[in-house]
Amino acid sequence: MATTLERPALREKPSLKIGKPGNSWVAWIFVLPFVVVFVVFWAGPLLAGLGMSFTDMRSTDVRDPLAVDVVGVENYLRLFDDELMRKAALNTLIFVVTTLPLTIALGLAAAVALNSGIARLPAAFFRLGYYTPYITSIIGIAVAWRFLLDPDAGPVNQFLGAIGIDGPAWLSDENTALPVIIVMTAWRSFGFDMVVLLAALQGIPKELYEAADIDGAGRWQRFRSVTVPMLKPALLFCTVYSSIGFAQFMEEPLVMTRGGPAGATTSASLAIYNQFGAGAYGYAGAAATVLFTVIVALALLQFRIGRRS
Amino acid sequence: MKRRTSTYVLLTAGLLVVIFPFVWTMLASFKPEGEIRQNPPTLLPAEWTTSNYTGLFERMNMGTAFLNSAIVAIALVVANLLLCSMVGYAFAKLRFRFRNTLFGLVMVQMMVPAIVVMVPQFVLIAKLGLVNTFLGIVLPFVVAPLGIFMMRQFIADIPDELIQAARVDGAREFRIFFSIVLPLCRPALATLGLITFMTSWNNFLWPAVVAQSEDMYTLPVALAIFSNAQATQYGLLIAGAVVVVAPILLLFLFLQRYFVQGIASTGLK
Repeated sequence: MATTLERPALREKPSLKIGKPGNSWVAWIFVLPFVVVFVVFWAGPLLAGLGMSFTDMRSTDVRDPLAVDVVGVENYLRLFDDELMRKAALNTLIFVVTTLPLTIALGLAAAVALNSGIARLPAAFFRLGYYTPYITSIIGIAVAWRFLLDPDAGPVNQFLGAIGIDGPAWLSDENTALPVIIVMTAWRSFGFDMVVLLAALQGIPKELYEAADIDGAGRWQRFRSVTVPMLKPALLFCTVYSSIGFAQFMEEPLVMTRGGPAGATTSASLAIYNQFGAGAYGYAGAAATVLFTVIVALALLQFRIGRRS
Repeated sequence: MKRRTSTYVLLTAGLLVVIFPFVWTMLASFKPEGEIRQNPPTLLPAEWTTSNYTGLFERMNMGTAFLNSAIVAIALVVANLLLCSMVGYAFAKLRFRFRNTLFGLVMVQMMVPAIVVMVPQFVLIAKLGLVNTFLGIVLPFVVAPLGIFMMRQFIADIPDELIQAARVDGAREFRIFFSIVLPLCRPALATLGLITFMTSWNNFLWPAVVAQSEDMYTLPVALAIFSNAQATQYGLLIAGAVVVVAPILLLFLFLQRYFVQGIASTGLK
């Protein structure tokens, strides 16, 4: 990057004003769209949300946001006492720590299978198929799954019934509702990890495998001592990227269970969304701030661990 | 040889599981309500009907929602193609103070979860009088950080000599951008356009917050609201799901090369 930009021979020419830092107004015009949108719609709201979380702002205060009362950390204290918020935090934690390994394992399995000498055309075909759930609307998918899992009208329980199993009421049973959403999310997301890991697999030099062969390594040993270490950066990327996404899951329970039964599928994001709907802006801001802090901390921690090992 | 056969068998079994929800739902959307609920179920409709789709457009205002989704997606594609490549060009080829700091902020924005800024963003949109408008739905996303990142990576590979030659000939920076850089970016623009269209088409949270009346709902918003109101009208609901999912599936089938390129380029750098 730096080498292409700093060419002394070219910089000396008088016609190249653009190259000089002091005369860069043209460059600023080019980046202006980003600066404006970032400041107005992202950085501003991020700080405003932090400020809002220390007030008792409600939807009725939108007309005059500065007239709200400062309540200090009261929203945060309420958050930790709130039964539903605690449940939402726990659900989100369970969701992330189960969905993440499941998704990566499926993605890795698919990538390894596709990279094991399958002919090009069928490989492209399988890749296409496995990837489709990832690109389609989560709302549409959630509606479809709710139908498939309907206790009476859905084909899943009808098939189970045909082989003599009395299928549960998947989404209205406290024991199965969250697991269903976990499986659905893994089904929907593993195609992304597959594409990333497949690209990384194809980048592993053949010589490494040949060397392992000479050392008499078996298939499993080759996988453990060549494939996995070489895939580490890609695996780290998938872990960080997916866990940031999973920590915000919301549309699935919104459509499939509305957070029920009895809060069993209420996620942190869904709880924030509901507080926003109820008009409790200050309280929603506090919950959002906690969620954001956790997500950032999680990402940094993963990078730390990933770098060290 | 035996190992390869078993790999094919496994991959095929996996594929059937993965596409089962799509295939079943799509076929069921052409069955009458009675047949949808029938036990034992049918795979192919015994009686083909499009009544779910016609009912959908009559009862749910699906036509309007479809049009709204298209308007929002097309507006965002046009805005992102132009703005992301402009900003990406500056980051790749121009020198200015705070360039690296600003690029760091692009990365920061990529990490900010939508739900975290949702409430203050909504207050801002309300203050600007943009609630329930297309402008309100579109504005926060006109220059997506992922797009800036992609375009910067792509433009950085364009040889400096091309740009320098034009500068020596006295071309202004805007002319260089529009007549030299942008035409060279066509493959990257195709990928960016597709990804932007897909993201916008599938986006739920922000349109659900900004659109407050039925005539402004986008497809996912209309479907989510209908699904909460009419939880068991499966005929209409799954037809709605197909209408939301199908356009992206079709685009993907025909243009998958660009999708996968985009994912690989963002994922591995």
